[in-house]
Amino acid sequence: MQAFTTLNGLVAPMDRANVDTDAIIPKQFLKSIKRTGYGPFLFDEWRYEDRGEPEMDCTNRPKRADFVLNQPRYQGAQILLARENFGCGSSREHAPWAILGYGFACVIAPSFADIFFNNCFKNGILPIVLDDAVVDRLFADCLANEGFSLEIDLQSQTIRTPSGQSISFEVDAFRKHCLLNGLDDIALTLAQADTIRQFENNRSHAAPWLS
Amino acid sequence: MAQTLFDKVWEQHIVKQNDDGSTLLYIDRQLVHEVTSPQAFEGLRLAGRKPWRVNASVATPDHNVPTTNRDEGITDPVSRTQVKALDNNCAEFGITEFGLGDIRQGVVHVMGPEQGLILPGMTVVCGDSHTSTHGAFGSIAMGIGTSEVEHVLATQCLIQKKPKVMRINVEGARPTGITGKDVALYIIGQIGTAGGTGYAIEFAGEAIASLSMEGRMSLCNMAIEAGARCGMVAVDDVTIAYVQGRPYAPKGNVWTQAEAAWRELHSDANAVFDKEMTFQAADIAPQVSWGTSPEMELPVTACVPDPANARDDVQRQGWQRALSYMDLKAGMPLQDIAIDKVFIGSCTNGRIEDFREAAAMVKGRQVANNVKLALAVPGSGLVKQQAEAEGLDVVFRDAGFEWREPGCSMCLAMNADRLEPGERCASTSNRNFEGRQGMGGRTHLVSPAMAAAAAVAGHFVDIRNLSQE
Repeated sequence: MQAFTTLNGLVAPMDRANVDTDAIIPKQFLKSIKRTGYGPFLFDEWRYEDRGEPEMDCTNRPKRADFVLNQPRYQGAQILLARENFGCGSSREHAPWAILGYGFACVIAPSFADIFFNNCFKNGILPIVLDDAVVDRLFADCLANEGFSLEIDLQSQTIRTPSGQSISFEVDAFRKHCLLNGLDDIALTLAQADTIRQFENNRSHAAPWLS
Repeated sequence: MAQTLFDKVWEQHIVKQNDDGSTLLYIDRQLVHEVTSPQAFEGLRLAGRKPWRVNASVATPDHNVPTTNRDEGITDPVSRTQVKALDNNCAEFGITEFGLGDIRQGVVHVMGPEQGLILPGMTVVCGDSHTSTHGAFGSIAMGIGTSEVEHVLATQCLIQKKPKVMRINVEGARPTGITGKDVALYIIGQIGTAGGTGYAIEFAGEAIASLSMEGRMSLCNMAIEAGARCGMVAVDDVTIAYVQGRPYAPKGNVWTQAEAAWRELHSDANAVFDKEMTFQAADIAPQVSWGTSPEMELPVTACVPDPANARDDVQRQGWQRALSYMDLKAGMPLQDIAIDKVFIGSCTNGRIEDFREAAAMVKGRQVANNVKLALAVPGSGLVKQQAEAEGLDVVFRDAGFEWREPGCSMCLAMNADRLEPGERCASTSNRNFEGRQGMGGRTHLVSPAMAAAAAVAGHFVDIRNLSQE
C-alpha cells in the first residue's frame, strides 16, 4: 500500500448527500478480477452520456457537461469534498480503487458509511470527517475560489486552508500508523500467529462446534 | 455485569485487545463469492500465503450467474472469467465451493444459513455488505472489503474497533400482511440510511420475536441500509429449530453442548445500550420506497412527498433529484404508480417463505398487461427445489411470471436481468439507488406479497385490502 503523509491538492466539491458505491463505480465494472483500471469509470453514469462497459476506451466518450468532475476548473483534483453518508451501500472495494485510480487521495465529508471508510485506509486514501458547519464553509470557499486547494498533514492531523487557517481532524491511532508507513496489516496480524493459535486451542475445548 | 447480546458474542471472539483501542477479532466463518474475492486470492498468491483455516470459508458464485439456460454455461465472457477465477481459486487453495452445477449453489446469504454454515454466536464475514443477514442467528455478521477478505483468509482475524450498540424495540403484534421487510423499510424510513452508522443494532420486541428466521434474515439483511455495522436478533426456539439438522450444524453430544451455550445468546435483563429506540408494530403499514435511497419510503397509502416539506436544503435537493430521476410528482398517491417489471428474489427476499407469500397473491390471477416482465428468482437451488415440490413454480408460471435459476439477478443487474432506461420495477431487493437495477432504471422496494400484488394490478396496491376480500 502507498503511504499517505502530506498532500497539497486541488479540491473538487461533490455537493450531494448519500453518494452510494453503486454511483461511485457501477456494477458492470465489478466483473474485473484486477485491482486497477477503475479510475476512468469513476462515477460513470454521472460522468458520461453513454453506458460504460468494462475495458472500453473512455477518451472519446461523450461527457455530461454539468457533472462537477467534468468542469475544467476541477481537472487534476486530488481531494474530494463530499456530503453526509458518503460511500453508503455495497462493500465493493472497487469504489476506493476507482477513487484512487482517478487521482483522489483524500475524501472530506461530515460522515462516511463504515465499510467504505474502512476500505479507504486499506488503499492509502485518507477519509477525513469534519463537522457539518466546517464542511459547509469549505464548500462555499471551494465554489467561490477557482483553484481552491488544501494542505493536509496526516502526522499533525491538520488541514491548512489557502487563507492560512488550520483545521484539525481525528484519526484512529492504528489506522494513522498504517497509513503513514504504508503498512500491510496482514503481516502485522501474522506476527500474532501464536496468540491466534492459542485462542483456537482454548476454543476447541470450550466450543467444539466452532472448530 | 449485565451484557448485551453483541457484547457477549464480541467478547467470545477477542484474540487480543490492543492498547490503541483496536481489537484483534477471531472470525469463525467467511462466505466467498466471485466478485469481491479474486483480488484477495491474488494477494495471497503474490505474498506466498495460504488460508489460515480452509474449512472456515465456503464459496458459491451468485452475482454474475445467468438465471436462464444454465446448460449453455455463462455466455458473457467477462462474467465467465470471474466465475472461472472463483472455481480455480477455490480448487487451488482447497476451499469448499458450491459451483454452478450444484443444487446448493445460490445467493451466498441464502446458501449459508440453509447449509447450517451459520450458527448462533458466530462471527461471520463476507465481501458483501448484506452479510448483516446472518445476525438473525444471534451472530456478529459484517460486510467487508476485498482487502479484509484477504486478511481473514490469511489470518482468520480482523482488526476491528468495537462499535456502539443500539437496541431497536418493535413492540406489539405485527398487523396482518406486515413482514420483516416492511419492518426493515419502516425503521430505515424513521432513522435514515445513516441512522445506524457506528452501531451494531439489536432488533427486539414482540414484533421481532414473532418473525420466522426468514423474516429475521430479511430484517437483519437491511440493517446495512440503515448504515449499521451489523444487525442482530437474540437466539430463541425459532433459531434453534431452524439450525437443527442442517448439513453443517453440529450433531449428537456436540449439538447438546452447543444448544446450551446458544440459549445464553440474548441481552441480559439489565443490559445497558448506547442508544435505544422503540417503535409500535401497529404503526407499520405495507411499505413502498419512492426515491433513490432506502430511507425514501412511505406506507403504501401515502402520497409522493413534497420537497417543500424536507427538513433542510441537503434533504430538499436529495428529494428533488430523486423525484426527477424517478419521474414522480409530489402529491401523487403511491398506489397510482404503474410498473413495468417485477422482481421477486435476492438475499433479502429469496427464501421459501418469500415465494410462498408471493405465490399466495398471484394464485389464479394474471400479471397485468402493462407489466412487461415478472421474474421469480429463487435464492438457491434448494429453495427452487422446495418451491417446485410445493407447486409454487406452476402458480408463478400460470400467472405469467418467469421462474428462473438461482442467483442475485436483477437485485444488482450484473447478469442479463436488468431494467432498461426509464423502466420502473416493483422489487423485493434492498437498494433503490440510481442505476442499481440497470442504468436509468427506477426501483421501488417492497415485500414479496406487495411485489406480487403489484404484478397482478399493474400498479402498487394495499395488500391489506386484498386479504380482506
